[in-house]
Amino acid sequence: MSEAMPTLSRRAFVKTTGALGALAAVGGAAATDSLFGNGVAQASADSEEKVTWGHCAINCPGRCALRIHTKDDEVVWVEGDTSDDNNIDEMQVRCCLRGRSYRRWINHPDRLNYPMKRVGRRGEGKFERISWDEAIDTIAEKLKYTIDTYGNEAIYIHMGSGTSSTTARPYWRMFNVLGGSLQFYGSYSTHQLTYTTPFVIGSGSGSTLNVIEDATLYLAFGSNPTVTTQGGGCGHTDYVRMRENTKAKIVHVDPRLTDTVAGHCDEWLPINPGTDAALIAGLAHYLIEHDLVDLDFLHTYCVGYDEETMPEAYKGRNMSYYAYIMGEGYDKVEKTPEWASKITGIAPQKIEELAQEIGTTEALFVDQGYGSQRRSNGEWNCWAIMVLPALVGQVGKPGTNSGYPHGSYSINLTSIPDLENPIKEQIPCYLYTDAIDHGHEMTAKNAGVKSGDAVKSDIKFMFYGAGNCLTNQHGDINRTHDILADESKCEFIVCTNTVLCDSAKYADILLPDSFRFEQVSMIGTGGDTGYMIAGQPCTSRKFERKDPYEIATLISRAMGTEEEFTEGKTQEEWIKELYEKDRAKDPSLPTYDEAMEMGVYKKANPKGKTIALEAFVADPSANPLKTASGKIEIFSESVEKLAETWDLAEDEQFHGLPLYIPEWYGVETTTKENPLVLTGFHYRGRQHSSWGNIDILKEANPQEVWINPADAEERGIVSGDTVSVTNDFGETHLLAKVTPRIVPGTVAISQGAWHEADMYGDRVDKGGCINTLTCYRPSPLSKGNPQHSNICQVTKIAG
Amino acid sequence: MTQYAFYFDGTRCTGCKTCEFACKDYYDLNTEFQYRKVYECSGGTTEKNSDGHIETSCFAYYVSMSCNHCDSPACVEVCPTGAMHKDAETGLVSVDADKCVGCGYCHMACPYNAPKVDREKGHSVKCDGCAERMASGERPICVRACPARALDFGTVEEMSKLGERGNIAPLPEPSYTNPNLYIKPSADALPAGHEDGKVANPLEVM
Repeated sequence: MSEAMPTLSRRAFVKTTGALGALAAVGGAAATDSLFGNGVAQASADSEEKVTWGHCAINCPGRCALRIHTKDDEVVWVEGDTSDDNNIDEMQVRCCLRGRSYRRWINHPDRLNYPMKRVGRRGEGKFERISWDEAIDTIAEKLKYTIDTYGNEAIYIHMGSGTSSTTARPYWRMFNVLGGSLQFYGSYSTHQLTYTTPFVIGSGSGSTLNVIEDATLYLAFGSNPTVTTQGGGCGHTDYVRMRENTKAKIVHVDPRLTDTVAGHCDEWLPINPGTDAALIAGLAHYLIEHDLVDLDFLHTYCVGYDEETMPEAYKGRNMSYYAYIMGEGYDKVEKTPEWASKITGIAPQKIEELAQEIGTTEALFVDQGYGSQRRSNGEWNCWAIMVLPALVGQVGKPGTNSGYPHGSYSINLTSIPDLENPIKEQIPCYLYTDAIDHGHEMTAKNAGVKSGDAVKSDIKFMFYGAGNCLTNQHGDINRTHDILADESKCEFIVCTNTVLCDSAKYADILLPDSFRFEQVSMIGTGGDTGYMIAGQPCTSRKFERKDPYEIATLISRAMGTEEEFTEGKTQEEWIKELYEKDRAKDPSLPTYDEAMEMGVYKKANPKGKTIALEAFVADPSANPLKTASGKIEIFSESVEKLAETWDLAEDEQFHGLPLYIPEWYGVETTTKENPLVLTGFHYRGRQHSSWGNIDILKEANPQEVWINPADAEERGIVSGDTVSVTNDFGETHLLAKVTPRIVPGTVAISQGAWHEADMYGDRVDKGGCINTLTCYRPSPLSKGNPQHSNICQVTKIAG
Repeated sequence: MTQYAFYFDGTRCTGCKTCEFACKDYYDLNTEFQYRKVYECSGGTTEKNSDGHIETSCFAYYVSMSCNHCDSPACVEVCPTGAMHKDAETGLVSVDADKCVGCGYCHMACPYNAPKVDREKGHSVKCDGCAERMASGERPICVRACPARALDFGTVEEMSKLGERGNIAPLPEPSYTNPNLYIKPSADALPAGHEDGKVANPLEVM
């Protein structure tokens, strides 16, 4: 190997600490000089590389383990939980390309280092450095003013998902000690699904991916697990392993040929977006016509398939699913495969073939991602998907699933208690801008307010920790800007972040946050195997950055509530105490010190595989579901009653049944001005907007709109062209990717690119941020974000 | 000499690029340099027929590739200074930075787009098979990073048992340089040199 020696870089050299240590012991600087030339000795004298365990905390379920390599108190490279054992059965929490790029974010030249106050207009991004004392005093003063003037009802923390651990989100606790704040429910990821599921199957319950090993047909809707759960512990590796171990035929129903399907393209069943409920209606029609439904199962375990199990009040009114499918109720249209084909774009014979397989296969695993539900008709899509396995009695047995997204076996660690919030009202998270603009008009019946009839105050003080959902990840950025920019509405906004993302530009006070691996931290999660990660700070604290617990403590101190907030404990003492309580419940967990030493701890699922609704199917009377009837509700009386009593517009009518409802902005409602459907998706190079500012990731994962060759040709567009995508809500510029991997008539933009627009100028976004084009109007039932339901036009700007 | 080789399992690769970025982090590469690249190869059509039904013959797959440490490396053959060389013990191809004048012949000659001249450093740069890591008994950083376990590295005797030599589009015919890359292709993969096997993500790999 002597020939290779001169190519050693200084960095590569210092990595071989063992060899260096030996050299230094023998001859010190002189010895290394003789081998490597002048200058190396100086560089190596203080070059011991240190490795610290930490964890990713961004909003994918991964929470991958990180082994952070530092030198001279600076991060030099990052690896995951990995070894030279390459056997796919050897569970390792290998982090994804984003985890491997953390150094660029940690050491980013634009990293926030000091507290700042806004000196420009909201959204302009002009700030001035201030002291921590000034920042905390200003926050405390505005907080006291808000409580005195408007009450605690006017305080709000918006959903932010940029950090997770047992102590990463202490701000609810901080406000609850101070008298509480307006709450939100749901999320930007799964709102329609999370809202709908309790009506249908009770708590969300999905089988683990390894259950598919026992299936004979795996049918997934809007699911792309190798990208959305990209880390090695939470889905990516499990999915690849499953695909090798199963004999099941795999079918992915999706408008895009996703990376999960790449290399296995016969698994792709292309569909028009937002039409899943129509496909399932067409499948149901075939199953009924061909006597392939499992009537015993439907009558024993379900409500509302046909008259026999309709709730008393709705009997004899042709309101069952059967009546809908067979054209006897609702729209009186038979949902034949021919009918479904016109909406879904899937040929009738393909629907029939798939239905025949569904009806005759030995073990059917129906899965869904979050793609089908993140739409204006998302509730009905995700509900219909949960109905499909019930129609054929493929629930609760080996190789099956509930139709809910596949699940995991996780180590669940307890988080710092939020304490009780005296303010009970909850708003759907997507309506936060309404709550700023006209919160006092929002009620249970017109805006889905929960745990109370109405919102008592407009939001006047907003605290926003570690997120980008104020603007970048919210719908209709241009509308959102108008509401946030008006300082008479929300009078004060505090943001914490590591970088100046688009949302942070709206802060009045902006505080420099720390990563979880820059402080003591613990987190638990899982995939087929459960795991937890315990980490220590990888470097000393840099500049004036603080961690969330410290920030909340300082604010509490200024408000005179420090003792109640901290209970006299440091963050590490909380982490330890919470963990010891978890260990008392599960003594198999390692001790705290052992956990910190080992970094990542893995625990096999004691059942091997978790089958959704297994106990319910084994004994439905002993193990009823947490639905109103205790059964799977194909028809939900509760939802039907909401439809009867809520304030709904003409085009928002729904029923307690997963009907196909055409979208406001969908395949059936494109216009001359906006002839294309536009949907969003997750991209490998970002987790939502996180990492959206990292140059090497942007370079290798360019922001592109996927467009079918037929649609591109009409517009004179070729791959690599810069195009403008427009609709009634805005305009964004990005590159075109012309590809047969997307259905004709639909284009797709990965969500999360950083919004780059002069909001006091032309407002044209140069970053390819899809939320320039998404609509704010919430879905009728859950009041969720329809951010995948859009129509648009695409025009070439430059080649 | 014990020749070392990479193995790529196309049935497992999901195109996530963790291999590429593990390398970029470890070797501190900026936006202009990738020692390992992930090619998207796709083609076929997805069209609406006269009934308005979607019909597809679309295929798409990824190929992760670094330097293939060829038996007949074109880069070594054209190097005027002898900087680009094949290690006598391992068969790994690397650049002697002291001898390299940055002429770029290697970059032009390599059919796999592996070497590139770093003008700041003044010499060619490329994957060296993580020779340093190998010397201390560790596998290349990309192999250890792959969440899908689609990569491996070892002696040519071991790797050649796992797959076929360099025969996948969009790569050129393996007969040009005899690459030490052994491949298990996915169902969609086309053979090397196939006219339909075009690079669908040129922006990401050039």
